[in-house]
Amino acid sequence: MSPTLLPLLQQIVLVLAAIVLFTSFVLLAQARLVAAIHAFAWQGALVAAVTTVVAATGQTHHLYFSALLTLVLKALLIPWMLHRLTRRLALDRHVESLHRPALVIMAAVALVIFSYWLVLPIVQQEMTFTRNIVAISLAVVLIGLLMMVFRQQAVAQVLGFMSMENGLFLAAVSATAGMPLVVELGVAFDVLVAMVLFGVFFFQIRESIDSLDVDRLNRLTETAEEGIVAAGRTTPRAVAGEDG
Amino acid sequence: MIALLITLLAPVAGALVLAVLRPLGPAGWLNVAVSTITFGAAAWLTWTVAASGEIAGYSFRVDDFNVYLVALTAFIGLTTSIFSRPYMRHVCDTVLTRKRGMRVYHSMYQAFMFTMLLALTTDNLGVLWVAVEGATLATVLLVSLYRTPEAVEAAWKYFILCGVGIALALFGTVLTYFAAQHVVSDPSAGLTWSTLYRHAGHLEPAVMRLAFVFLLVGYGTKVGLVPMHQWLPDAHSEGPTPMSAVLSGLLLNVALYAVVRLKMLVDGSLAASAAPHLAGYLLMGFGLLSFLVAGLFLHRQRDIKRMFSYSSIEHMGLMTFAFGLGGPLATFGALLHMLVHSLTKSAIFVTVGHAAHIAGTQSIERIRGLIRTQPAVGWSLLIAVSAIAGFPPFGVFTSEFLLLTATMQAQPWLTVALLSGLAIAFAGLFRHLHPMVYGAPPEGQKPVRANMLPVAIHLALVLWLGLAIPGFLAQWLDRATELITGSHLL
Repeated sequence: MSPTLLPLLQQIVLVLAAIVLFTSFVLLAQARLVAAIHAFAWQGALVAAVTTVVAATGQTHHLYFSALLTLVLKALLIPWMLHRLTRRLALDRHVESLHRPALVIMAAVALVIFSYWLVLPIVQQEMTFTRNIVAISLAVVLIGLLMMVFRQQAVAQVLGFMSMENGLFLAAVSATAGMPLVVELGVAFDVLVAMVLFGVFFFQIRESIDSLDVDRLNRLTETAEEGIVAAGRTTPRAVAGEDG
Repeated sequence: MIALLITLLAPVAGALVLAVLRPLGPAGWLNVAVSTITFGAAAWLTWTVAASGEIAGYSFRVDDFNVYLVALTAFIGLTTSIFSRPYMRHVCDTVLTRKRGMRVYHSMYQAFMFTMLLALTTDNLGVLWVAVEGATLATVLLVSLYRTPEAVEAAWKYFILCGVGIALALFGTVLTYFAAQHVVSDPSAGLTWSTLYRHAGHLEPAVMRLAFVFLLVGYGTKVGLVPMHQWLPDAHSEGPTPMSAVLSGLLLNVALYAVVRLKMLVDGSLAASAAPHLAGYLLMGFGLLSFLVAGLFLHRQRDIKRMFSYSSIEHMGLMTFAFGLGGPLATFGALLHMLVHSLTKSAIFVTVGHAAHIAGTQSIERIRGLIRTQPAVGWSLLIAVSAIAGFPPFGVFTSEFLLLTATMQAQPWLTVALLSGLAIAFAGLFRHLHPMVYGAPPEGQKPVRANMLPVAIHLALVLWLGLAIPGFLAQWLDRATELITGSHLL
């Protein structure tokens, strides 16, 4: 890699990272589930692309493997699993009604500014050019968090969770040259298992409340306790009796 | 090293075999057998470490601090598996979580034990994260095992909240790794705790400060610190009782262990900066808040397992506060409190499981007259709750007394908050406990087959620790104290 090429590659990395952040916004405001899953897949592919370019600039060869892992897991496997699940749950035409989307987008913008402010101590350190991306990755993490709070649909919450993982991976790639391999594999394994379990839970939730609107999972609040107690908080035995 | 390998591999093998073993009877026994092997290996490991000092290498590290938690984890895993065999059989006979559910239960029980032991023994902060996240994944299906709407809701909440929390912890880990890049020459050793600890003084304070906030919020979610505690009462009350016992007795400890290890790093890094005790103050703040809030919430509970899970939050808050206070006396007290709290709380959950089966409900208002119906369960509950409330002959009293003394020395004004918190919690527990154990039993309440052996062993140990801490254990905790704070107590 000749040094004259570096600035161009750096610019590519920055542009790609910016598009990753943009996909986060798309995810946040996209009411159609299938389109949101596509946006998530794009985000995974972009993160993989950033990783590849960073690997090319820094001569860190194990990052090529990480990029491949991300591409397979985040851009192909998990979106495919989500697609299949939405089809089986007959949610592929589902459109969620979003409350106050403009306000949420404003909140997300505030989060981006907040992330830049928060990582100032890191940006000020002498380090590779990628340090700017740490702020972007923190913003992606926090927007994922916002999405999990704001969306009431279980699948959308999972998308938020997974995009948080994307942000974390981006942080690891940009702040450092990627985590040690054993950790990266462990994290990937955890994410995959989590996705499988999320799939199991979609069916369990639908079985119990007949929809995937997690807002309706509200039986376990402190204040509602009395009503439930009146109905008899039950051990398994009593439940079985009711079920017959 | 061999002992360590057996400790870690026995649960893995157990999880794999139990995942395919269909008949329920042998599965229960095999679960006990695997737990026994794990405990034997952990005891061996403990003996090795006690005899010849810490074992380090191959990205594992077993020293005086974590080996005592390894022994505790394996021990509670064993006694809970003994309790769970007949208990889950009873559940299976009466309700029917399907047979497949039981296979998941046993397999995940061992997988959970593995993640706990891995988190304790690993030297790599990244692997620690993977193991703690793995513990969530292993237990989340168990929380929803009964498939009631409440159980599914509790599991979803647990999954999402802990997933978010732990994601923030990973961000903190990345930041730590980033700070290490400047200091550690070999980048692949940048997440090794021992290496980082050796170079802690050179880690960039500004980055470590930021990292610790993320790490504390992340692992603090798992410890059950207020305001990230929302998942804990739900998961404890809706999951099967053996799971509540291990969650309360083990998972919370392991998460706190992670926080303490990271605090050691941050303290080293901030030693020369303007605010050297920042990490300690953060822990004290979160700990005190959890302690007081959970004590107040105890009064409002109507579900017996929920009530005791708030008691767990309260005690974890106390320990977090003590570790934040620092100093040899407070740290010694906190280590002792971890031990006695785990033993007592798992005994309580075991007893509560039997009590709920006797009454057929978890509602406190409907559990009445336990002593008349089944004296063993009633008395155990009474004694165990007295122990957890901090009555004198038991170990919890000793550790709380040490903590109060330490607070009196370091921050006298906070003693008032601690004492009133203890009084509030005591009142909260006993106003609910009294009618449950005394009073007339409702018509037709029958005793159940109960194995009180685990409870008896746990309570006997707690009593022993309260009357006289054996010399070797005191030395051992003292060595751990020295490791954490750098100075002896004894």
